[in-house]
Amino acid sequence: MNFTLVKCYTPYISPLDPCKPILKKCYSTPPNLYLNFQPTNLEQYPTAREALFRGTLWPFLYDPYYLKREEA
Amino acid sequence: MWYYEKKLQYPVKVSQCNPMLAKYLIEQYGGADGELSAALRYLNQRYTIPDKVVGLLNDIGTEEFAHLEMIATMVYKLTKDATPEQLEAAGLGAHFVNHDHALFYHNAAGSPWTATYIQAKGDPIADLYEDIAAEEKARATYQWIIDLSDDPFINDSLKFLREREIVHSQRFHEAVEILKEERDRKKIF
Repeated sequence: MNFTLVKCYTPYISPLDPCKPILKKCYSTPPNLYLNFQPTNLEQYPTAREALFRGTLWPFLYDPYYLKREEA
Repeated sequence: MWYYEKKLQYPVKVSQCNPMLAKYLIEQYGGADGELSAALRYLNQRYTIPDKVVGLLNDIGTEEFAHLEMIATMVYKLTKDATPEQLEAAGLGAHFVNHDHALFYHNAAGSPWTATYIQAKGDPIADLYEDIAAEEKARATYQWIIDLSDDPFINDSLKFLREREIVHSQRFHEAVEILKEERDRKKIF
């Protein structure tokens, strides 16, 4: 399955906007939106330690979150 | 009943005294989409949800208490030895007057937690859709706190909690799929 975890759009910028305009705005679309019912035997992380570190047993459901201000 | 394990679900480390960050984090403690609301919502809804998904609400509700405990630990450590002056400078003067260094169930703006944050409609689809919305809102709250925080240790724990919201949302979606299924009917349409 091919999908991205972040979607971006370019909002309308008014010539009268008082704050410095942000040209590109992004939002999260986490992987659960694309999984529907989880299939059996979905690939798991090799170690429990890594699963704990990631917060999920399945690489498919892992979504690293990056700072908003770093994305644009 | 519950068994209590005397450890956190995921380690909580704090790099510096930062009462301002504690003020924001308290949103996930006693806010509308916080961990207390989540735990009480699910553990209460589970009685009147179809048998097939009772266990899910039970397990997720229980995990929310483990998250609540992590948030509490963060808030406690971030404010532990802060002076009244430091608390005041962080916008926690009013909190100090009312609670000293104690934690309290209120949101980032100081409004006390209220049961009106949660609902139990008795309609399984309505309840599960509320639960899905709650998980997405909690995920978003974690994102905005991470955006404001420059504490790498806190952010590590917050990213873990954010990931759990994603997994919970996935499970609630699956619960809806289970309840949608034409189970005991011969499928002749």
